[in-house]
Formats: sequence, C-alpha cells, structure tokens
Amino acid sequence: MKKILLGNEAIVRAALASGVSYVTGYPGCPSAEIGDEFGKIAKENGVYAEYATNEKTALESAIGASFSGLKVLVNMKSFGINVCSDVLLPLAYTGTKGGMVIVVADDPSCWSSAQSEQNSRMYAYLGHIPMLEPADPQECYDFTKIGFEISEKFNMPVILRTVTRCAHQRAVVEVDEPHSVETPRGDFVKNPHQYSTMPPRTLEMKKELLEKIKKIQAYAEKSKINKIVGLPKSYNLKVGIIASGVAGLHVMEALEELKLDLPVLQLGSFYPLPKEKIIKFIKPLKKVLVVEELEGYVEKEIAVLAKDANAKMEIFGKNVLPIIGELSAEKVCGALSKVVGMKFAEFKTKNLNLPKRTARLCEGCPYWYILPTIKRIAPEGTIFGGDIGCNMIGALPPHSMYDYLFCMGASIGVAHGILKAEGPERSRKVISFMGDGTFFHSGIAGMVNAVYNKSNPLMIVMDNRITAMTGHQPNPGMGKNLMGEEAPELSIEEIAKACGVKNIKVLDPINQKELEDVVKEFLEKEEISLIVCKKICALLLKKQTAEKHDQ
Amino acid sequence: MTNKIFNLIINGVGGQGVITLLILIDQVAMNEGYDVRSSELHGLSQRGGSVETHIRFGKKVNSPLIANGKADLILSLEILEGLRETEKSGKQTKFLVNDYFLPFLGSLTAEEIKKQLGLIKNETYIIPASKDCKEKLQNEIVCTLYSLGYAVAKNLIPMKKESVLKAIDQMVPEKYKELNINAFNLGYGS
Ligand SMILES: Cc1ncc(C[n+]2csc(CCOP(=O)(O)OP(=O)(O)O)c2C)c(N)n1
Ligand code: SF4
Repeated sequence: MKKILLGNEAIVRAALASGVSYVTGYPGCPSAEIGDEFGKIAKENGVYAEYATNEKTALESAIGASFSGLKVLVNMKSFGINVCSDVLLPLAYTGTKGGMVIVVADDPSCWSSAQSEQNSRMYAYLGHIPMLEPADPQECYDFTKIGFEISEKFNMPVILRTVTRCAHQRAVVEVDEPHSVETPRGDFVKNPHQYSTMPPRTLEMKKELLEKIKKIQAYAEKSKINKIVGLPKSYNLKVGIIASGVAGLHVMEALEELKLDLPVLQLGSFYPLPKEKIIKFIKPLKKVLVVEELEGYVEKEIAVLAKDANAKMEIFGKNVLPIIGELSAEKVCGALSKVVGMKFAEFKTKNLNLPKRTARLCEGCPYWYILPTIKRIAPEGTIFGGDIGCNMIGALPPHSMYDYLFCMGASIGVAHGILKAEGPERSRKVISFMGDGTFFHSGIAGMVNAVYNKSNPLMIVMDNRITAMTGHQPNPGMGKNLMGEEAPELSIEEIAKACGVKNIKVLDPINQKELEDVVKEFLEKEEISLIVCKKICALLLKKQTAEKHDQ
Repeated sequence: MTNKIFNLIINGVGGQGVITLLILIDQVAMNEGYDVRSSELHGLSQRGGSVETHIRFGKKVNSPLIANGKADLILSLEILEGLRETEKSGKQTKFLVNDYFLPFLGSLTAEEIKKQLGLIKNETYIIPASKDCKEKLQNEIVCTLYSLGYAVAKNLIPMKKESVLKAIDQMVPEKYKELNINAFNLGYGS
C-alpha cells in the first residue's frame, strides 16, 4: 500500500507494524509528531503511550518496559539525548530484552533549536550503541523495522537518528497493511547478572558489548541499509562518493544536475560502519568524496580504513563542504565540481535587505503581560535569565530581554551562580524566567540548589497550563496525560514550598498592579522567591474554544 | 511523461495554513500519478515567523529541497514573504501572491512592498484571495484553497481540477469539505 507520509508518521507506522507496545519520550522539534500521534492512536492499537517528565525518566521507563519483555519506542529531539545519556551508557552494557528503538532528531541549521547545532552521532561512539540514519520517509519506515530487528537479535538498543529534512519530509512510502496485534503484558523475569552494572561485572559487560558490536558490524555488511548505487562502468572515472543519511538525497540530485555518472555508497548505518563494504568500494578509486552533514565523523573513519586499503587515494570531505548548516544539492555540486575539476556556477541570489520576520508571541499571549512589565520595573542593572520554550521569544525584539539563555531549566541554575559569585554586598537583582513544562522537566533541581546553597534569585514560572512551543503537549501540571486520561495535577507552588522556598506568590499577570508589587517586594528578599504567573496560553484557549464550538 | 520536475515553493507567515495546503497538494500530485517529495518546517518558525515549504513532483524526485533559482511557481500567502522570494527566483519562476499584508515592527509599508513587486520581470499574479474569502465565505484561512484554484485555472501548476477535488474529498474532514470546495471554485472562477 502506498501512502504519502511525513518521516515521523512513517516511524509511527513502522513501529506499529513491528509490534511496538510501549511508547515513551519527551516532545521537541523535529520529533514531536511521533509521541503526539501515539497519544491519539495508542488506545485503539493496544499500545501504552506516555510523555515522561524528561528524557531521562523516559529512557528509564523504556528500560523497565524492555526488561519486562515489551517492544519499546522512545522519541526525543537532539538535546534529549544529552539529558538521558547518563542512563543510555549503562543500557549499552546491560543490553535490552524487548526490542528498543530510540529516535533522536537532530536539527542542522537550527530551524527550531536555539541552544546548539548538535550532531548527536557522537553518542554512538561514546556508548557503543548502533545508530541508523534514514534519509527519507521510506527509510524512516524501513529502518525503524530493521532497528527493531537488530535490537531483538542482539539485545541492544538501536538509535534511529533523523534530521529535520528527513523527519519533516513528506514522500510516497510503501507501507504494510496495518494488522492488529494482541497487546502483550510485561513480565519482569529477574536477572541481576545482566541488569545490574556493578564491578567487577561492569568490565566483563563492556567486553560482551564490544563483541556484540562486532556481530552487528557483520550484520551491517550484509544489510540493504548500506547500498551501492551506480553502474560498474561509472567506476571509469575513478572517483566515488560516500554519503551518509539525508546527504545521499542531495548527492543523487547533484549528480543529475552535473550529468555525472559516479558510484555512490549510501550509508544507512553510522555505527557500526560496514568496514569491509567500504574497503571494497574505495579500493579501485583515485578520489573519494565523503558527503555528510555537520562534523566529518565518517570522513575520519574512511581516512583510517584507507591507510591500509588504498593509501594513495585522495579523500575529500570537510575541506570542500561546510561543517556548519545543513547540506543542499548546490553545496554538493560545488564540492563535486572541485573534486572532478569541472566548472559549476552557483546561483547568485539578490539581496533586497528586507526586514526579517522572526518568531513572535501570539496575540493575547500571557507573556505579553509578564516580560515587558518586569523589564520596565526592575532596577537598573538587573540580570534577566531566559529559558527554553515560547518564553525564549523574549530574547528577540521588541523584548530583547535575556542576558543569558542556555538549555531547559538553566535559567535558575545560572542565576544562583551569578549571585554567589558577586556576593550579597553587591545586592544585584537576578530574575529567571521559565515555563511550567520546563519547571517539571529540570527546573526543580536548580531551584533546590538555590535554596540549599542560599542565594536569592527571583524565579518567575510562567504557567501557561501547557508545554506550548513544541506543539501543545500535556505536562504534570495539567491534570491530563498523553493518552487523555485524568492524572494528578502537580502544584508548582506546593512543590516549591516543600523544597523550602519561603516567598511564594501565585497570580494572574493580567493583574498588573499585583504583579508589579510582588516583584518589587520579592526583589528585596534575602532568600530565593518564586512568582507563579498563571494564565492560559492564548493559542490553547483558542483551540479549546473551537473544539467546544465543534461539539 | 518526461522527467521534468515541477518545483513549487509555498510560503507565508506561521499560522496561515501553509502546511495544510502543502499536505493537500502532495496528495493531488500523487493522484496525478507523480512521484512527490516535500519539506516543511515546524516549531519556532511557526510562531509568526516566515515559513517556507518546498514541494517537488515529477517522474522521480531525489531531494525534497528546491535549489535557488529553480522554482517554477512561488505561491505566497503574504506580500512581503512573496517579495522575499524574489531574492532567489529564476527567470522561469512565476509568482502567485495573495494580496494580504501582515505588518510587524520595522517592516516595509504595503505600498512599498507592492511597488517593489511591480518592478520584477517575472510573470506575477497578485490576487485578492484573503479578501474574497473573507467577504464571500466569511473565512480567511481558506485563501489557500482559493490560491490553488486560481493556479489550476491559469495553468500555473500542472494539475487538473478533478484531482484537486478528489484530494479534498480524501483529505478534508467532512464538515469542512464544502467550505474548501467553495474556496477552490471561487479562486478557479476569478
Ligand atoms: C532537553 C530538551 N528537550 C526538549 C526540548 C524541546 N523544547 C523546546 S521548548 C520546549 C517546551 C517548553 O515548555 P514550557 O516550559 O511549558 O514553555 P512554553 O513553551 O509553554 O512557553 C521543549 C520541550 C529541548 N529544548 N531540550
Ligand atoms: S503558543 Fe501560547 S505561549 Fe506560545 S506564544 Fe502563543 S500564546 Fe504564547
């Protein structure tokens, strides 16, 4: 059956076709449609689906399910793997029982990421964890299924690393007819020898892990995920291309554009690499161009293999292609023209100097009642710490508010450090801003640190009753979970109180006078204080009203 | 069928329905028997920023991205975003621009934008999609369908009316079908 699917939708379909029964993760762009879709269809498919409180608790949840024998899909954006890496590394040692595919979605060019242009491929090396890189929705579908196959065969978690142009690409996909599966129940069979990492067993486990990776490499050598495209006669030019993931699409486009006929080795597995296949491919070549986005990890591997296999071969890669930003057919054309020595004139764009239209807060957004007001009344020299979410739009004009902006939860943690460093004599005011979703994700830890180590930031939690930026996902403060069930509604102020925060105020920022008074009062406090600004996200309100109207 | 690929860029401002239109056109292309690939952006850029999406269809499409200068048609739902696309249009690129302006702090005036749009040498159509939809259908968001109707009627896009109607039937929820068909017909007949 042929269907047009978004890369993320193809992953959902393939996971269902593979018999997945447990889905967990944390929303982010460009991976969120996976969890969101499961939220809608889990029940009818006999699947359990959740958004965990962050990526670390998500992966822990997945491990519990896998050890109980269930097939698990985990979904997160690039930065999520940083958060769960502490759990990820020992997981490679223990291995899995039920199959586990972990989707990690990178965002070259930072289309919807603020904090860094992360290349999550490095985690595969760090943890010795197999990693597949699909190029398009069809490969999203096929590789998810293959990922589960590898995971079950070798009892290893498998990372499916996508990028924006793959996860958010739509294309025609050949999918299997959906079939219903019996929902299995988990059964945790005790096996501490395998599930507990504790020396001296730990080093033994590392040895077992490296042996597994060797076996998975042998599998990758034979697998269709690594394929050579191009006729034998195309070898005549003695130039070959090695492409990984989405770069393969740009290579095919560039070859057509330049009317070149060159052999291409398309790598679908980043780790372990099919080394024998690569050696066979490069042996007859005089030149090879390695096309991969961001840092040239594959290129480095090829250089090592070429030392023995074909030392005279010239290797091109990051010397003709950028490390920053996603690739395009044009960039590959430019690189190829240098390698084969032909002319290629890049299209010249005009520059009309048009004003940029950057992201902005929606009309009626609660942040309109918070950010400008606090900026206006805060004393000269006040430091404003931003966080991740719709509130980071506060970094852009007209607000241009934040003096620093890092990752989820960091606004309060960094505020504490500044205050401790400058000392109380300076009586500097530091105000940190974060959303409710971020508070539950990782904001609590920084708050506890400020209480325990005695600093006095003013922490503003902007409780817009949802995790908004990533597409309106539920969080623990809402009384609803991903599958739409009623859930305990955690109170931000009660948590803060229990953590020892003494100065706490909950208010609706529409009451501007009250907000101003409390800010002024709390800025004089010698301990940390917290204002919870409760006002529903305007877009969510609009959606809810429309839904009511429809019923 | 030759291996000529049709390159369509749809752009506008986050929240205008760019992606909904893209999903529909993808389906139309499939109904017409083409291979199709498209690329879209979600997240931060959807919060009122510029949104640019690419659709390519033909016998076999390799990449979902259109190289600079290679677009056959640029369908803009907003005039400044339309003007922005002229920075990287080729000689063959045609423009279909919804006469609708979403100003922001520091943007040009509507008059200035239209003056600059008037200077380009490309085949350009500026159509009152939002205005007509608001007046005649009491709904601005379907300016997307109106624009598609116009593009099909004027042969700016190699698609048949029947394939679009079929796609609407396949993709649009029952209660919005009539509105979508009306908007398409309004653009088609204008
Ligand atoms: C570790 C990590 N996971 C996920 C994301 C993706 N992300 C970006 S914004 C955001 C939502 C923040 O929600 P909230 O704090 O409620 O703020 P709002 O968007 O509602 O203003 C998330 C999850 C991220 N940046 N980092
Ligand atoms: S989605 Fe909600 S929180 Fe985000 S800018 Fe719009 S109204 Fe504000």
